[in-house]
Amino acid sequence: MAEFIELISYSFFSKALLAALLASISCGIAGTYIVARRKVFIAGGITHASFGGIGMGYFFGINPMFGGAAFGLLSALGIEFISKKTEIREDSAIGIIWSFGMALGIIFIFLTPGYAPNLMTYLFGNILTVSNTDINFMIILCSLLILFFILFYRIILFISFDEEYAQSHKLPVNTFNYILIALVALVIVLNIRVIGIILVISYLTIPQSAANLLTRNFKHIIIYSVIFGVLGSITGLYISYIADLPSGAIIIFVFVVLYLAIWLLKYFHQKHRIQRQLK
Amino acid sequence: MGKIFELIDISATYGEGIILKDVNLTINSNDFIGIIGPNGGGKTTLVKLMVGLLKPVKGRIIMHKASGRDTKNQIGYLPQISLFDKRFPISVIDVVLSGLASEKAVFKKYTKADKDKAIELLARMGISDLYSRPIGELSGGQMQRVFLCRAIITSPSLLILDEPNTFVDSKFEADLYDILLELNKTMAIIVVTHDIGTISYYVKTIACVNKYLNYHPSNIITEKQLAAYGCPIQIITHGDIPHTVLKKHDH
Ligand SMILES: Nc1ncnc2c1ncn2[C@@H]1O[C@H](COP(=O)(O)OP(=O)(O)OP(=O)(O)O)[C@@H](O)[C@H]1O
Ligand SMILES: [Mg+2]
Repeated sequence: MAEFIELISYSFFSKALLAALLASISCGIAGTYIVARRKVFIAGGITHASFGGIGMGYFFGINPMFGGAAFGLLSALGIEFISKKTEIREDSAIGIIWSFGMALGIIFIFLTPGYAPNLMTYLFGNILTVSNTDINFMIILCSLLILFFILFYRIILFISFDEEYAQSHKLPVNTFNYILIALVALVIVLNIRVIGIILVISYLTIPQSAANLLTRNFKHIIIYSVIFGVLGSITGLYISYIADLPSGAIIIFVFVVLYLAIWLLKYFHQKHRIQRQLK
Repeated sequence: MGKIFELIDISATYGEGIILKDVNLTINSNDFIGIIGPNGGGKTTLVKLMVGLLKPVKGRIIMHKASGRDTKNQIGYLPQISLFDKRFPISVIDVVLSGLASEKAVFKKYTKADKDKAIELLARMGISDLYSRPIGELSGGQMQRVFLCRAIITSPSLLILDEPNTFVDSKFEADLYDILLELNKTMAIIVVTHDIGTISYYVKTIACVNKYLNYHPSNIITEKQLAAYGCPIQIITHGDIPHTVLKKHDH
């Protein structure tokens, strides 16, 4: 453990911890929203579609994260629009956007001359190579998210729970839906550097699902999932360091173990309670 | 006693086919209107027009501003079918309070008074002990009562209930109508129902909806009159009320 604390003092490692903390906060908030509204599949679509933008960024020599952000935002708003305004079925639309984004990404990266970018960094992320710019963007995004959710918490909850009733109160339901899904897209894209396309969905769903086992209060789910996110990330980073295994995968492994542990605790607690009541 | 709400020459559609045609209805502040009509006659469509969930293809809807309040949530509404997610992480009291969300300024929290009001309403519906439970753990009738609390927590000037008696047991149904009579002292009420027999005890007037709306300025209606209004429905009576004529019940 002392070794680990020493490790933290290395700048790359403390940056990794900061990145994990920021990922836990941003995904804790955005993830609670998408889990509560059952938009996990949409988040998956946005994540993979943004790969198209990353590939395009490489091809045109601009920062791949900007391309990713553009694709992420467009696909998020597009899916929201398609599901509300057209007859196309939402899950089919997501399937199309999901795979089309991936396909574009692969084509562009294939076409990029010379330097073959390290695809693995985007697919699996690398928390140890997060740059200062990435961290700064994440700090801005986290502040924005926290502010937005504090200011509009009651309205977000109202709309998320019963859109139709919120509409009958003349609330700008669609505007909120678009803003929220755009924020989710930004959270996803900024976390791709940290956790990777394939694993980002874990930060958005596993801590939230674990939190949801313990509470059915939206606000508490946010708080618990941030805590679980941080706990899981630090434990995962530590294990990956001592066992010399990829950090992203280990973090998710820890998340799932945490989820199962909470599930078991809850199961036995409930069983015990029922037994007592039956006596 | 003035006008609070007007529908003028309203026609409505969902894309194909006219569902409602040339509907006129004026609602005054003390009204208690029962809306009846066959399945698919357009009652829910009419309600959706009134609460702003559907835009008419023709005609005007006017909400007259009651003194000192925003027209935004002047209407309380109990949907026939609530399209919410049963597993959504929200407690009963937060559902009730959400009725107030749109009138709270951005920074303002729910006050102690708001919470007391919510609990008081829940108590009136006989479910105050459930206030902290997740909404998904309630039975259908209990949920219906929660949504009724959400509809009236703003003290609206018009309360619209679309078949409030689905799910609720007969004991609560009687309670419900008494609660409505009480509420009618401070707000206009519109209730959609198939149970014409019971409702005519409580309502003051009746509107028959079957593509067209026919307003019947009394709570006594015969099957013959219903047929003339293009609303061929049978009146099911309870107890010893004559089969065709529904009498006014004295309160
Ligand atoms: N979302 C919709 N899209 C298309 N048509 C619809 C939609 N909702 C209702 N309709 C049609 O509009 C007509 C009126 O429906 P509405 O729900 O208003 O009837 P209702 O009088 O409330 O019936 P019920 O007594 O069964 O509740 C029906 O023919 C129905 O098929
Ligand atoms: Mg209906």
